[in-house]
Amino acid sequence: MSFEPKIIGFLCNWCSYTGADLAGVSRIKSAPNVRIVRTMCSGRVDPAFILKAFQLGADGVVVMGCHLGDCHYQEGNYKTIRRIPFLKRLVKDFGIDPRRLRLEWVSASEGDRFAEVVNEMTEEIRQLGPLKLYVHNERKNGQPAKAEVH
Amino acid sequence: MAKPKLALYWAASCGGCEIAVLDIQEKILDVAAAFDIVFWPVALDFKYDDVRKMADKSVDLCLFNGSIRNSENAEIAHLLRAKSKILVAFGSCALEGGIPGLSNLTTKEATLRWVYKESPSTVVQNGGVIPQTHTKMPEGETEIPELWDTVKALDQVIDVDYYIPGCPPQPNQIWSVIEYVLSGKPLPPAGSVLGAGTKTCCEECSRHRKEKKIKKFYRPFEIETDPNECLLDQGIVCMGPATRDGCGALCPKANVPCRGCYGPPPNVTDQGAKMVSALCSVIDAHEPEEIEKILDQIADPMGTFYRFSLAHSILRRVEKS
Repeated sequence: MSFEPKIIGFLCNWCSYTGADLAGVSRIKSAPNVRIVRTMCSGRVDPAFILKAFQLGADGVVVMGCHLGDCHYQEGNYKTIRRIPFLKRLVKDFGIDPRRLRLEWVSASEGDRFAEVVNEMTEEIRQLGPLKLYVHNERKNGQPAKAEVH
Repeated sequence: MAKPKLALYWAASCGGCEIAVLDIQEKILDVAAAFDIVFWPVALDFKYDDVRKMADKSVDLCLFNGSIRNSENAEIAHLLRAKSKILVAFGSCALEGGIPGLSNLTTKEATLRWVYKESPSTVVQNGGVIPQTHTKMPEGETEIPELWDTVKALDQVIDVDYYIPGCPPQPNQIWSVIEYVLSGKPLPPAGSVLGAGTKTCCEECSRHRKEKKIKKFYRPFEIETDPNECLLDQGIVCMGPATRDGCGALCPKANVPCRGCYGPPPNVTDQGAKMVSALCSVIDAHEPEEIEKILDQIADPMGTFYRFSLAHSILRRVEKS
């Protein structure tokens, strides 16, 4: 069976989620690999959410927010623009290719941009292959096992 | 009535937790008077076989320090779990892997190679033999415990009733827990963190805080800090915002940034991720290039943000490539 990447997308409610919605209603074709989680702001995306997504088996994570200056909460995406580059360094140190984590700006009117990002990232992760992590071995039936694996 | 039984054990740890127990000073005599100490390898001559002979659940309180990184640590952890009514993960290593947990940044092979062959202070002996679990000698075969590839926190190996954080736990906090157990009051719900607060280290810190806007990070030796101002405000990476209170903010008091030994505050699973979140909120830059430049100034993010909690973090170890 060919590898289908699992990508988690954290989309801000005001711009990117609406942008994704626009892509849908405009019937723009895009890869079905991104599972969307709607957050109120890209600044609400706790770095722990992203690490957790990788832990639970995501092959990639994309955070989408409003363009700089357009944030519904004025400053939210400025926090994101600092967090994601830092987190990229951290996941790299954990042995995860930083290309598996992306930050993209998608406004409410950019349905086509949303589709483009999704397709591009799906293709890139497909090239990178499935993510393998130590924590994946320890998960059985969705529960972290107190396994004697060491 | 017989005195309650107390056991103390060290697995992969430095021994600082044992000293912390003695740091309750003359109250150690009260502990000896109130408890029957049945096992304490660092101080008293009991053997593992003595523990094996005890009845299950016969030890009333077991304070277990150190992380689990070899087969002996794990064996004794399982043994003490079976023999103890209340088993407490005592100190950062037992709680979240601690300093030994940092070897999850590398592999067992690389660690052994460094220690026995490559480190500048190593005198290579016998052609650089790395210890084997079984060795044939003229007198017979010797056996030593097997080193694990991954360091684990205690609750990743056995069930733990309570947690006492700290590297080491502060003596006053240790005493407050022992006193509580002795008082016979109903115990808190299983899984509670004892001997610590429910807020962050910043709550206890007396330094003056302003609205944070950080343009440049310094390492502690690069700057003379103001003793009354928040260290983070001055550009020193201080783990206070992502660390549980309970120690009395001892390090910031001594002009040293918080190292994060009391572990993450309640409801935080990943201390490092929380610190990334907190730090990035206060960096005063809006342009990607400027941000990268400021991030470059943070030395050793893994070793700083996960100094004590790597083995218990969300990803737990570095993926071997």
